[in-house]
Amino acid sequence: MLLQLHDVEKAYDSGAGRVSVLRGVSMAVAAGETVALTGESGSGKSTVLHLCAGLDLPDSGRIEVEGQDIAAADDRARAALRRDAVGLVFQQFNLIPSLDVAANLAFQARLAGRQDAPWVADLARRLGLADLMDRYPEQLSGGQQQRVAIGRTLAARPRLILADEPTGNLDEETGDAVLDLMLGLVAEAGVGLLLVTHSPRLAARLDRRLLLKGGRLA
Amino acid sequence: MYRTALSALLSHWRRHPMQLGSLLLGLALATALWSGVQAINAEARASYDRAAGVLAQDRLEQLVPTDGQRFSQEVYVALRRAGWDISPVLEGRWSRAGRSVRILGIEPLSLPAGAAPQPVAAGGDMAAFLSQPGQGFAAPQTVAALDGADGLPPLTAAPDMVPGMVLVDIGIAQGLLRAEGEVSRLLVAPAQPVGRTPLGEVAPGLSLRAPQAEADVANLTGSFHLNLTAFGFLSFAVGLFIVHSAIGLAFEQRRPMFRTLRALGLPLGALVAILAAEVLILALAAGLVGIGLGYGIAAALLPDVAATLRGLYGAALPGSLSLRPEWWLGGLGIAMLGAGVAAAQSLWRLWHLPLLAPAQPRAWARASARALARQGALAGGLAVVAVLAGLFGQGVAGGFVLLGALLLSAALALPGVLALILGAAERASRGALAQWFWADTRQQLPGLSLALMALLLALAANVGVGTMVASFRLTFTGWLDQRLSSEFYVTARNEAEAGRLHDWLEPRSDALLPIWKIEGPVRGRTAEVYGVADHPTYSENWPILTGTPDLWQSLARGEGAIVNEQLWRREGLRLGDSLTLPGGAERALVGVYSDYGNPRGQVIIGVEDLTALYPEVERLRYAIRIDPEKVPDLRRALVDEFGLPADNMIDQASVKRFSLQVFERTFAVTAALNVLTMGVAGFAMFTSLLTLATMRLPQLAPVWALGLTRGRLARLELVRALLLAALTMVLALPVGLVLAWALLSVVNVAAFGWRLPMHVFPADWLWLGALALAAAGLAAAWPALRLARMPPLRLLKVFADER
Amino acid sequence: MNVRLILVLMVWPFAAIAQGFAGLGQGAEGFATPRPGVALEFPADHGAHPSYRIEWWYLTANLKGEDGRSYGVQWTLFRSALAPETREGWADPQIWMGHAGLTTPERHFVAERLARGGIGQAGVTAVPFGAWIDGWRMQGRAAEGRDELSALSLTAQGTDFAYDLDLTAEGPLVAHGQSGYSTKSESGQASYYYSQPFYRVAGTLDLPEGPIAVTGRAWLDREWSSQPLDAEQKGWDWVSLHFESGEKLMGFQLRSTDGAYTSGTWIGADGRAEPFEDGVLTMTPLGRARVAGRDLPVRWRLELPAKGLDVEIDALNAQSWMETRFAYWEGPVRITGSHRGEGYLEMTGYE
Ligand SMILES: Nc1ncnc2c1ncn2[C@@H]1O[C@H](COP(=O)(O)OP(=O)(O)O)[C@@H](O)[C@H]1O
Ligand SMILES: [Mg+2]
Repeated sequence: MLLQLHDVEKAYDSGAGRVSVLRGVSMAVAAGETVALTGESGSGKSTVLHLCAGLDLPDSGRIEVEGQDIAAADDRARAALRRDAVGLVFQQFNLIPSLDVAANLAFQARLAGRQDAPWVADLARRLGLADLMDRYPEQLSGGQQQRVAIGRTLAARPRLILADEPTGNLDEETGDAVLDLMLGLVAEAGVGLLLVTHSPRLAARLDRRLLLKGGRLA
Repeated sequence: MYRTALSALLSHWRRHPMQLGSLLLGLALATALWSGVQAINAEARASYDRAAGVLAQDRLEQLVPTDGQRFSQEVYVALRRAGWDISPVLEGRWSRAGRSVRILGIEPLSLPAGAAPQPVAAGGDMAAFLSQPGQGFAAPQTVAALDGADGLPPLTAAPDMVPGMVLVDIGIAQGLLRAEGEVSRLLVAPAQPVGRTPLGEVAPGLSLRAPQAEADVANLTGSFHLNLTAFGFLSFAVGLFIVHSAIGLAFEQRRPMFRTLRALGLPLGALVAILAAEVLILALAAGLVGIGLGYGIAAALLPDVAATLRGLYGAALPGSLSLRPEWWLGGLGIAMLGAGVAAAQSLWRLWHLPLLAPAQPRAWARASARALARQGALAGGLAVVAVLAGLFGQGVAGGFVLLGALLLSAALALPGVLALILGAAERASRGALAQWFWADTRQQLPGLSLALMALLLALAANVGVGTMVASFRLTFTGWLDQRLSSEFYVTARNEAEAGRLHDWLEPRSDALLPIWKIEGPVRGRTAEVYGVADHPTYSENWPILTGTPDLWQSLARGEGAIVNEQLWRREGLRLGDSLTLPGGAERALVGVYSDYGNPRGQVIIGVEDLTALYPEVERLRYAIRIDPEKVPDLRRALVDEFGLPADNMIDQASVKRFSLQVFERTFAVTAALNVLTMGVAGFAMFTSLLTLATMRLPQLAPVWALGLTRGRLARLELVRALLLAALTMVLALPVGLVLAWALLSVVNVAAFGWRLPMHVFPADWLWLGALALAAAGLAAAWPALRLARMPPLRLLKVFADER
Repeated sequence: MNVRLILVLMVWPFAAIAQGFAGLGQGAEGFATPRPGVALEFPADHGAHPSYRIEWWYLTANLKGEDGRSYGVQWTLFRSALAPETREGWADPQIWMGHAGLTTPERHFVAERLARGGIGQAGVTAVPFGAWIDGWRMQGRAAEGRDELSALSLTAQGTDFAYDLDLTAEGPLVAHGQSGYSTKSESGQASYYYSQPFYRVAGTLDLPEGPIAVTGRAWLDREWSSQPLDAEQKGWDWVSLHFESGEKLMGFQLRSTDGAYTSGTWIGADGRAEPFEDGVLTMTPLGRARVAGRDLPVRWRLELPAKGLDVEIDALNAQSWMETRFAYWEGPVRITGSHRGEGYLEMTGYE
């Protein structure tokens, strides 16, 4: 199994005491499978994704990526996991502002020590970025920026993509176009995808749909 | 991975060249001032060491005359024949036709092993050195300065010689110095033969002196160099504020990037290591540039420093600078250290930054009330240290602890004080815009506080040093008038001529006052002993600080002595104390006079007393009282009728001019460093405002949207900078005055041995205030201008980007 | 004799270099040169000859302590002139150097002094005789009407030793060569040279462990010249020997790349001198010792068939190294074989 969550619990300290966000979440994503994680705003979707990426640790429960328990790994190993196995696409595009599009696209692949120039060029073409390669992020529209972020993730050839409302900042038309592209590329590469969205319309286009409610999967 | 991450991090600088520039320039400037000062000090120290090492005096004991006068070489021979392994030295000043040089006569055959000066040890023609006309070794610039001088032996340039000195055989030296058969002192070989006759039996007039680890002059000038060092350090501290703010800013701005990098799989340790390496690389680059600049500064200042040291202490410094590893390595080290200190806090924060914490750059962490309180407490603690140092501190070091603690305390207290003032203004203001203005200014404070602290330091130092120098100048010129009351001064070339000169001048002047002196140990240190005539010139003009009412009479009776302030303070003397003169005579202390610009102790007794005690004294100089109108005629007559070379006479105005010149050059260095420090502080303001400007857009955009024009906003920004600078200036003023007080009453007394009355010069403050405002205005002008011209689109984008 | 001449000629430039000057004592023109047929005149010739370039008063003594142990003492005053004249004060071109040595069976003490003439720090007077440098003195105390050198007191001090000796001559002065004109080479270089080898000695040695009363024999050499030798020779071995028979021998060999040149004087017990030519004396090294980083022959076989001499000489202390500006070996020796006795050996040029 590519990704597996067993009974994951997570609570945050807030001003009003401890707030339990996840109260035992279990789920799995197989290789090549696309899964939508839906729920109301504040239901804990992003939290699930952050935990899966090893950006944060669960209070209890197990999270395995390709069989490796990431809660048990140290920071260095979790960083390696993000570099090699997992790709993250955020709602905020999180591009590196001082690098141009070309450098941003190739960035994660180079960080992981994998470079595949033809593949990056191909991605850029298919994402419609070929003419924007020497621009800087601030000179791009939101949709263009998100396409760069998706391209950056795909360029590194991850086996699992974790996407947090990748089209949330885009208008509907652009969002659909970006999602189409992403789904096409994911299917083609046989990559597992866990996609957070609050839009049922988008969720419907994926293999499976999970609903987070009251800290549990309904 | 490292390469990719490093290039991403470095790409930030490519996109923000201004920031990179300010970081590098700040660090380079700080390093430059520091290493420049160190370069000067190192050069001076090397030359003192060389002076101390001449004839290995830093390692060898010496036999010196108790009365400080030269003695017969028969004493040397007698000691040798009594078994003492010693070597004679004769030194003195040779002058002719306006050229003057120190002559050092040695006896190469008897010099203890290793004591031979470099040029002698290096080889040469011994026969030429020993036989007439002899051979002189001197530093290349001294050889050049003496080019064509009549009467000296042929000179050979020797790079290792101390400037201003000619080394010759003792026989040649006796001829040059008209000291046939005389010796100044004897070097004692470390290992002595057995069975020597005791010193007292052979040469009762000599005493054994321990090796002098450093030359006299190194002692004397120590405080001067400490002064320079303190200034260098102040500049470095100011520079460090810039570096701190630039590095802090660079870290803040890249926080989203750090998060992204980590999210993309860069381990935290690697990130911190890369950033540390980045800081190191930048520090290295800036340090190298700084050392280059420092070299330039030092080379530019060295002539002034050399002139000061020569004028004030008689210490000779070479005119050129060499790249000594002790200062350039030190400069590089301090650049690294400075950058490291500045980066440490940011790296520490990064290490503890949770991956998912909000990544938006905040225009500096909001200075919480707690942080301000903590800083205030530290400032208070330092203030206590300053007070304690002022009350109980000893010497120059104590003075500098006082200064350091005072300045640092004031700088640390500044943000808190400003916050209080701005808060009060906010509460007092009525209109919405005014309220926003005060609140927004207060909010900007954390981002600007480092630059403002730098400005405060620079301003306070300026006020303090300016007050000191101006006070000094005022006192000094008044003192010169008192001290140089005679209209004309002449020096005969020899005793015979002096006698003729006296007879010739007697009928042509109102009074002829001998200026005769000997040098010798007083209270263990070399001092000058002058004799003065019993004449109203002295009783009416001499700058007496304290004394018995009949002090001049008691000098004339040969019963009393007066001393200069430095000797008085150094030895803690009181009127009535008995003072032992060179040779053993005792005189009661009857007065103290001020004697600025002289590092040595000085004693004055009656002139009859002087000639009775020291019959050998040179009687060559006279001060002449005459109607000032007649001075030019007298000068002409002296040259044409009497035949005295023009170089052997000088009038009052020239002496004053020369003295003031020495004075001005003394403080030229201080003034230059002051200006540079101001420049650094102004630059700190500029870079801080510039970087803040870009980060402030989200705060300005709403105000703009609510109906303020960009021009109005820009003007407000400018006013804000001016206001902060003005407030800082007002706060710097008392700090500067305390600084001036400390310099005049603590540091100067310890460093030079005299205390000066403090005078204040409010006009100077106005000028300085205007300068500070101009600096702040200039620094704010460009960011303000950019704001005024900013396309509305960019302001709009603030809303579009809001997430 | 040649040996000492070379020593001085080499010492001076070396001393000069050690002090930082090259070329001391070289290149000065106008010096007097020794000529044959000029009789020595005493006491005037006991004094200094400033118009000659180099000169020395060279004394070695073989002593026996009250403790029964053997000792050796050396006292030398060299004069070297920068110009053939004397002047008052520091302008005097005469330069003086003293070497003092004291040898015990275990230790060897050395001291060296340099001084300028003209100021009274060092010098020599003929009547009354006195030679001094600093506190070192060779003072004549001859009885009225006797030769000025017939009785001397001798003293020198180093940092760790001193000695104070009284010397009384029991025989006449001995002139070497032709009545004191001593030829040095085929090309005619020469010096004036005489000795007083007949001293009886009594006095005190001051050693770190305390004073020791001593008695023994001493030999004084006087020589002056202006002419340097060719620099062919690598070094020399020189001896002055007292035999129990009362006879004495001065002999040396100059070692050059193509063999050795030997010479010397046989002195009868009555003081009659018999100079001999090259090849008469044979000197053969027997045993070597490691001294100051080099191998030195401190044991020799000496053969002088004409006098029936076949002896071995052996250093009292193999480490008699004179660590002066120009270093050399100089120390007391014991003599065994056809003749018995004691003497001094000097060796230079061993690297
Ligand atoms: N670092 C945090 N500290 C405290 N509370 C947090 C933190 N991160 C998220 N939360 C809270 O956890 C809940 C779930 O957040 P999140 O996973 O971002 O929801 P979603 O992505 O579904 O909108 C929210 O109520 C949010 O306020
Ligand atoms: Mg979310």
